[in-house]
Amino acid sequence: MTDISKWFKSGQPWIWLNAAAVSTSLIMVFGLVVLIATRGLGFFWPADVMKADYQITSESSVFLIGEIVETEDIAIQRVRDGGYEIDSNDEFIQRHLIKTGNRDIYGSDFQLVFKPLLTNVQFPEEIIAIERREWGNFYGYLKSVKKKGEIIAEGEEAKNVLPDLIDRVSDIFAELRVIQQQDIGAINYSMEKLRLKKRRLELDNDQDPGKKAKIASQRETLDQKYSVLQKKMTDLQEQIQRDSIVVEAMNGEQLEVSLQNIVHAYYPNSMSVLGKTGFYFAKIWEFVSDEPREANTEGGIFPAIFGTVMMVMLMAVLVTPFGVVAAVYLREYAKQGPIVRVIRIAVNNLAGVPSIVYGVFGLGFFVYFLGGNIDALFFPEAAPAPVFGTPGILWSSLTLALLTLPVVIVATEEGLSRIPSSIREGSLALGATKAETLWRTILPMASPAMMTGLILAVARAAGEVAPLMLVGVVKLAPSLPLDGNFPFLHMERKFMHLGFHIYDVGFQSPNVEAARPLVYATSLLLIVVIVLLNLLAITIRNRLRERYKALES
Amino acid sequence: MNKEAQLTHGMKMDELDRPASKTDKEQEETCLEVNNLNLFYSEKQALSDINMVMARNRVTAFIGPSGCGKSTLLRCFNRMNDLVDGVRIEGGISLDGENIFDKTINVAELRRRVGMVFQKPNPFPKTIYENVAYGMRLQGVKDKRQLDESIKKALQGAALWDEVKDRLHESALGLSGGQQQRLVIARAIAVEPEVLLLDEPASALDPISTLKIEELIYELKDRYTIVIVTHNMQQAARVSDYTAFMYMGELIEYDDTNTLFTNPSRKKTEDYITGRYG
Repeated sequence: MTDISKWFKSGQPWIWLNAAAVSTSLIMVFGLVVLIATRGLGFFWPADVMKADYQITSESSVFLIGEIVETEDIAIQRVRDGGYEIDSNDEFIQRHLIKTGNRDIYGSDFQLVFKPLLTNVQFPEEIIAIERREWGNFYGYLKSVKKKGEIIAEGEEAKNVLPDLIDRVSDIFAELRVIQQQDIGAINYSMEKLRLKKRRLELDNDQDPGKKAKIASQRETLDQKYSVLQKKMTDLQEQIQRDSIVVEAMNGEQLEVSLQNIVHAYYPNSMSVLGKTGFYFAKIWEFVSDEPREANTEGGIFPAIFGTVMMVMLMAVLVTPFGVVAAVYLREYAKQGPIVRVIRIAVNNLAGVPSIVYGVFGLGFFVYFLGGNIDALFFPEAAPAPVFGTPGILWSSLTLALLTLPVVIVATEEGLSRIPSSIREGSLALGATKAETLWRTILPMASPAMMTGLILAVARAAGEVAPLMLVGVVKLAPSLPLDGNFPFLHMERKFMHLGFHIYDVGFQSPNVEAARPLVYATSLLLIVVIVLLNLLAITIRNRLRERYKALES
Repeated sequence: MNKEAQLTHGMKMDELDRPASKTDKEQEETCLEVNNLNLFYSEKQALSDINMVMARNRVTAFIGPSGCGKSTLLRCFNRMNDLVDGVRIEGGISLDGENIFDKTINVAELRRRVGMVFQKPNPFPKTIYENVAYGMRLQGVKDKRQLDESIKKALQGAALWDEVKDRLHESALGLSGGQQQRLVIARAIAVEPEVLLLDEPASALDPISTLKIEELIYELKDRYTIVIVTHNMQQAARVSDYTAFMYMGELIEYDDTNTLFTNPSRKKTEDYITGRYG
């Protein structure tokens, strides 16, 4: 008894309790990252493709080709209840989820099979996996390669000529994309500008024929440029459609696939580990740098990464000066009294308002009120189409800036109050005014605290999704908010966001099984993006801290 | 023990390595003048009816026990008390015949003319160069050569040049306490003030640094009117020409230093400098 009370008195249990709390937190964070990383990153590995007979009943069997995606144990009773005859004494049997691809043939690209019913399982080297731009993956056998409808190679030879042809098509495809998105995009953008200019002239009742002629001639040149590009595109499209391959699916059906629809073609079962690793990293790079396809279930998520980073940066640019100025007023100029205390409490409470409420506010105030009035005042020529009176990246950034404002204010105030009064007095005693003291000494010294506020703000803003759904995020944005068309930064555009992408892929996807790994991969990427943004801010803060190390003691 | 020795804690005034008092109050040129100064912190009176005249290019020391109001008085000369909430000042202080509490006075300009050095060294977290340049930049000096020259002069004036000339662009926070205090003095004299207020400038320093500061004060008085607050009576005796003894917010006695230390006219002064209280 005394021993135990002694032990309690010694403080040991307290220390253990603290340590346990810390380690639990660490384990949870670590577990989270590991779970997301394994699920997300495993998706890109080119798994072996199995070929087997699947004995559905004792009489009928089908031929299966596909990747084993997942395996789980299932009670045999349930399977028997489902009408399957399984000869086994075990209580549980394994069930595979197999990605069979070939959605255009079977209607779905996943299939559940029971392991005991699979017979004659093989991993033949000649199985080809084809990643297509439409209809998902294809698994099967390569029969022949065609050029302008003529067979030029068959069998083993086809396998050898295929990579070069795919490279050629990829190059043309990239060229086409540049023309479509950059060149034609720029022309469309200029055309739209001209149309608005013309409309503006009409609205202003400007009858100057010179101006109209100028617009017409500019339009003419654009039309000419467009027709040149159009012709080039037609040529390229012809070239890209030249080759095709004939493949055989697992049910023996033969299919002709145009090469322009092929992203990759590979033989997973004959790849070495090294080859697979290379392929794996190429796939990851593609995921990070490419645009989404097939309702976001395939391809990459570059626009979402870009949108997230840009939105957060814009938010940082907006919230920092605003928060700092507000904090300076509250701490340095306002007379400390009951009113300032009430304001401070109100600011702190703003941090606790649910974020969706900010979204509603942003929609009502920023989008409809501010944006609507901006449109009415400055863009009457665009009506009835809205310019700023519709959700966009500017309003999203502003809404999130409002959301994170309390954090910045509180952190900056904290920093300002920590600066020793001797420094202020020293500056004032040299003949500096209060404003000069603030600008030259106090604010630089408080900058690490501002950065701390910004770090917290970024961490919160980057993960916020709910308010964005109301004020600017979309499933698929046709163009990035930053491009080569003057004025380069298009603040009125809608954008894609990683957080929303996770929601979209996870809940709104037509192809659940295909989308699931993407949810994990996107989550992992979102975490990485937030960590990187934070690391950037922390690095800047540490530099500032080193520079303005306050007086010791 | 004779009376003189007892009064000065055994110091011999003529052995203190300072010229024997040649001062004659009547002949001095007036720099600062305090007229019927009363200061209140909210309701509490901190200074009452101070009247004194400070001579140009002389060192005037304020001594007295803690809380007697000597720092408060010092901070009146450059209106640092304006920063404290609830301070009310009556009466006047004139610098070169101009009332510093006048509404037309530009406080920033006043503070440039009346420099101040605080008890604890307070260099800015900038380089040595930028610390000294701070005041000049406030004046709008941008010319690099002019800055370089003035900074060199100020640092030489503060007897710091030789120690820091090779690391002007390093952080001022890397200097020792004594060096930091001299840097702060250099910073103050770089803007060429008329008056230097020193608020216990050596109380946070070791004896050797203290000695250096005292030597510096002695050199600086040729060019500046210096007012120093000190706890240390030997220091007051060593560096000052005039000494004022304050007690409970009142100016008890103000005289040239030799007279005050050797032949105080008030009983309270005598009690204080003989160490009976305070």
